[in-house]
Amino acid sequence: MSQTADATSIDRPGLTGQPMIVLDKVNKWYGAMHVLRDVSLTVAEKERVVVCGPSGSGKSTMIRCVNRLETHQTGRIVVDGTELTDDVRALETIRREVGMVFQSFNLFPHLTILQNLTLAPIWVRRMPKAEAEELAMSYLRRVKIPEQANKYPGQLSGGQQQRVAIARALCMRPRIMLFDEPTSALDPEMIKEVLDVMIELAESGMTMVCVTHEMGFARQVADRVVFMDQGEIVESGPPAELFENPRTDRLRLFLSQILRGH
Amino acid sequence: MASTRGLAQTRPIDWARANLFNSWWSTAVTLLLAWGIIRALWGFIGWAFVHAVYSVPHAADGAPDTAPCRAAQEVGACWAIVPEKYRFILFAFYPYDQQWRPALCVVLFVALYAVSANRRFWRRELGLIWIATLGVVALLMWGGVLGLPYVPQYQWGGLPLTLILATLGLAVAFPLAVLVALGRRSTAMPAVRLLCIVYVELIRGAPLIAWLFMATVLFPLFMPAGVDFDKLLAAQVAIILFAAAYLAEVVRAGLQALPKGQSEAADALGLRYWQKTRLIILPQALRLVIPPLVNTFIGFFKDTSLVLIVGIFDLLKAGTTAVADPPWQGFGNEVYLLLAVIYFAFCFAMSRYSQGLERELDRSRRH
Repeated sequence: MSQTADATSIDRPGLTGQPMIVLDKVNKWYGAMHVLRDVSLTVAEKERVVVCGPSGSGKSTMIRCVNRLETHQTGRIVVDGTELTDDVRALETIRREVGMVFQSFNLFPHLTILQNLTLAPIWVRRMPKAEAEELAMSYLRRVKIPEQANKYPGQLSGGQQQRVAIARALCMRPRIMLFDEPTSALDPEMIKEVLDVMIELAESGMTMVCVTHEMGFARQVADRVVFMDQGEIVESGPPAELFENPRTDRLRLFLSQILRGH
Repeated sequence: MASTRGLAQTRPIDWARANLFNSWWSTAVTLLLAWGIIRALWGFIGWAFVHAVYSVPHAADGAPDTAPCRAAQEVGACWAIVPEKYRFILFAFYPYDQQWRPALCVVLFVALYAVSANRRFWRRELGLIWIATLGVVALLMWGGVLGLPYVPQYQWGGLPLTLILATLGLAVAFPLAVLVALGRRSTAMPAVRLLCIVYVELIRGAPLIAWLFMATVLFPLFMPAGVDFDKLLAAQVAIILFAAAYLAEVVRAGLQALPKGQSEAADALGLRYWQKTRLIILPQALRLVIPPLVNTFIGFFKDTSLVLIVGIFDLLKAGTTAVADPPWQGFGNEVYLLLAVIYFAFCFAMSRYSQGLERELDRSRRH
């Protein structure tokens, strides 16, 4: 079991080892601020990667680069065999295959829950409306809120909204799911209902990259944990190994702060 | 003073005691204002109704004898001018026997507003209804076909002309404003962005009157000889471009106010730029700016009256011309009051509608 940053390190049954996301020496600057430093990471098909690190460590920026909500300046990012460039066609292809869940849910407040879910299948996948609605309802059942279909996002609790956001992303039948601190904006009693959905999703074999501070979740589902600090990947490895035997002071410090906080 | 505001059921006398007579100075102010209001109202009622002259005799040749009005001029209104002049005020120099045509246009416009105001009709067909209605209005106003005598534009005037300038002006300016607002925020196309900034800053840097002059007087001078540039069209274009610059800034405010996450979520789902703009961004951004949008609409509805300075006979100009008729000179107050009531009817309807629309949209979202 390697601990180098860009290894696909695990051999859980079911993993094909085929790379889905490849980041190769990715660098990004905001003005003079160097926010990603030579970040290299390979995520295999069906692999579950948890990215953690202190705030400002570049973890969100990194996963936002994967579907080009942020652009990188040097290095290569290849998603499902397609390299991310200025080419709009390539970007459209990638965004169709990559689902994303945000910290602040970002549901569309002017549309009902059902409309939130059917929007992209209808307009991007050109799916007939009836079929899209059927698909949407099946995912709403999966996240256990089919009865909310005709409400508006503002009428739902935070936990319910985040489950809707997950269902919305899944309706595009993505091959990869990105989670950007999905539980950070939630009240403590709602975190579990969202994590349960994510765990179920992980067990279904979805390729997942999650930025999160939920160490319990990382232990339970992550094949690999990546620790970032100051724009670079400091350590990575299976959760048990990383949490029990941190090799760097930076990770040790981070873990002690996280544990004290909980 | 606001202590009883929240109580749903208060007797008027309790309300008055708490809000109007709760201290000696409050009582004094209340009584002073009440006296002022009653005096003004009393004076107005006396002028407008009690001492008013409602009709005047006519000579054998049809010429009105306004002596009764002149006799009462200091104390009473001369409403006799209204039945005498309303056709001219409403339709100006449009041929008298053909004035049913502009009258029908006014009815068509009001019907168009009523249909457009109903959210049930907010779909693609509404665009066709607008095009069809404007087509029929053009046909009625110009004529020249179907046995309708041709009426050139310089004979148009009055209320239908005001409605044409305002409706066509805002209907064209609004989509243009949305494009300019989007262009001004474009990061992908710096040239378009620069163009939009220059357009907005240039247009709102000078008053509408200046643009109307430039469009109708200055611009035709640059045209090659023989090219006849219609004055009404020039004024209409000036109004559209002017309104669009102002509306663009209002729309931009709405775009600015929308959280960035909305756009990112749409991007992440794979929506293309125009899909995102049409389905996610604009519905929310425009909803946010309904109050300032309607404010601008109302402003421009009244600003169309500025065309009178380039000699176009809109409603206001028709009114001022009506009181220039020698027998009726000096009875401007009555006509201006009538004009104010007409403008108010349209503006107040817009204002009430926007309040209702906001409530309706709020209800459907239930925050």
